[in-house]
Amino acid sequence: MSIDVLAIPQQPTRWQQFKDTHLFHSFSRDRVAMVSFSIFVLYLLLALFAPLLAPFDPYDPAMMDIMDSEIPPLWQEGDVDERFWLGTDAQGRDMLSTILYGTRTSLMIGLCAVALQMLLGIMIGLSAGYFGGKIDSFLMRVADIQLSFSTLMVAIVVLAIFQASFGAELYADLAVIMLILVIGIAEWPQYARTVRASVLAEKHKEYVDAARVMGFKSSRIMWRHILPNTLSPILVISTVQVANAIISEASLSFLGLGMPVSQPSLGSLISSGFEYIFSGSWWITVIPAVVLVVLVLVMNLLGDWLRDVLNPKLYKG
Amino acid sequence: MIAFTIRRLLQALVVMFVISLLSFSIQDNLGDPLRELVGQSVSEAERQELRDELGLNDPFLTQYLRFAGKALQGDLGTSYFFKQPALDVILKKLPATLELVFGATLIIVCLSVPLGVYSAIKPHSWFSKTVMGLSIIGISVPVFLTAILSIYLFAVELNWLPSYGRGDTVAIWGSWESGFLSIDGLRHLLLPCVSLASIMLPLFIRLIRSEMMEVLESEYIKFARAKGLPLTRIYFLHALKNTMLPVITVGGVQIGTMVAYTILTETVFQWPGMGFLFLEAINRVDTPLIVAYLIVVGLIFVITNTLVDLIYGLVNPTVKLAEGKA
Repeated sequence: MSIDVLAIPQQPTRWQQFKDTHLFHSFSRDRVAMVSFSIFVLYLLLALFAPLLAPFDPYDPAMMDIMDSEIPPLWQEGDVDERFWLGTDAQGRDMLSTILYGTRTSLMIGLCAVALQMLLGIMIGLSAGYFGGKIDSFLMRVADIQLSFSTLMVAIVVLAIFQASFGAELYADLAVIMLILVIGIAEWPQYARTVRASVLAEKHKEYVDAARVMGFKSSRIMWRHILPNTLSPILVISTVQVANAIISEASLSFLGLGMPVSQPSLGSLISSGFEYIFSGSWWITVIPAVVLVVLVLVMNLLGDWLRDVLNPKLYKG
Repeated sequence: MIAFTIRRLLQALVVMFVISLLSFSIQDNLGDPLRELVGQSVSEAERQELRDELGLNDPFLTQYLRFAGKALQGDLGTSYFFKQPALDVILKKLPATLELVFGATLIIVCLSVPLGVYSAIKPHSWFSKTVMGLSIIGISVPVFLTAILSIYLFAVELNWLPSYGRGDTVAIWGSWESGFLSIDGLRHLLLPCVSLASIMLPLFIRLIRSEMMEVLESEYIKFARAKGLPLTRIYFLHALKNTMLPVITVGGVQIGTMVAYTILTETVFQWPGMGFLFLEAINRVDTPLIVAYLIVVGLIFVITNTLVDLIYGLVNPTVKLAEGKA
């Protein structure tokens, strides 16, 4: 004799839960978002596995041969070389390899700088919004003033002065850290304002009062209870911030204040190709430029899509 | 309003003070003024004597006060490279940079308002969609890249426009030589101004569009429509007025940002302005010139921001209430 076992409703897995969200639903209906996201993932993979994928090592001077310099890409007419699909730059480096490594450097600097911005901004924004009063008005005044000086200006001045006082060679070794620090510190107000605005909206809700009555410490309430509710605006500005950080890094490298030519980022690749544009070697500039623009564009498109879907109340003004 | 003005001016003074302090510590730590004066052949004892004489061994505060006192009289030291007062060198290059910013602002104002308003009124037309699509590409291309690519296209490939310098300029007043008054000068201005405008223009189109769309949803616009006012009157008189309020604040900040971007455009186009001069000064470790640039640009930032805030306070009476509560 058998007993019919009642079908116990299974706990939905994480993946199924995610598939039911509004976010996934609108993602699967938006072709632009899907294409942008796939391109972004592709970039991440290429950057991550650049050392395995690149046919040459652009950091190794032994691989460079000046006889190979300024070879056009394969599809061009003229002296093409089977080894170099995208041609070579003025020093005889394979463009494909330098671009792979350059993307890796640019993305790493962009992501790390934004992580730093986020950390600083969340800490400052949380305390300003939660404690209020004098601390709040002081911190927000500082944020206003810092935002009124453009990031690029501050970064140019700070890096220029470091370069002048360290000398170019020592500076080249420190360039990655300096870029992350400068771009990271200059943009914290963006996060601080956004986080503060959502904290102000959250902090008088009942669950916060309940947590307080239960005797939790302020730091626990801030990080464990309020912060998770401010995540969607943070997500929205993060994509745009990464795009901006990558642009800033490229601009600084273009001015010679960022990555040196020996460890190129996309910006310094464009910069080193610039002088050859007049002699007709356009690919040294144009190919890395296209790679950079597509990366920034997909990040901006993703940011726009997230903004439309999550529709957070972003701090304006 | 008076209290607001005074508080805003005080803040401007504090910011200027911090900038001067920073500039001074740069001057104090970057390079050695003695080396520039006497070279290598002077003995250590003589050097010390000279240091005392020049006041380089005085305490920090005394030195700062001397620096600030001189700075207030317009004396920011002598450029090591040009052997001229640093402020004069900067001010001689100022018109070139200002003309660049002016040209770019002109392009931005003339294009962003009509395009932004149109794409807010008719968000679904193909034209608005094209404008929005182009504007997101626009904000994704860095300024220096727009500059490089426009040189490649218009100067190298098509050979229509010049790729560097200011061309013929006409002297108007004092050392102010304008490129706006000659055909050649205008041809030289075109590419740099368009490149400089290229990143701000999409930003403003998007801002004006989203503000305008928000305003069009509001009660008073619905009421105006219900009253049967002509649509053009509603759009351009009632709605546009409130749309422009946030645009003014953002605009003020962006003028400062534009000064930063002039460094990029001036480098690409070898435009003889302040930004190009600043980068050269960095490469030559010409400390007085670096400091003078920082102070002049800091002053431009502070003045524009203060003015924008004050204008905003004048045109938007609710600012006073918000300030009073905070």
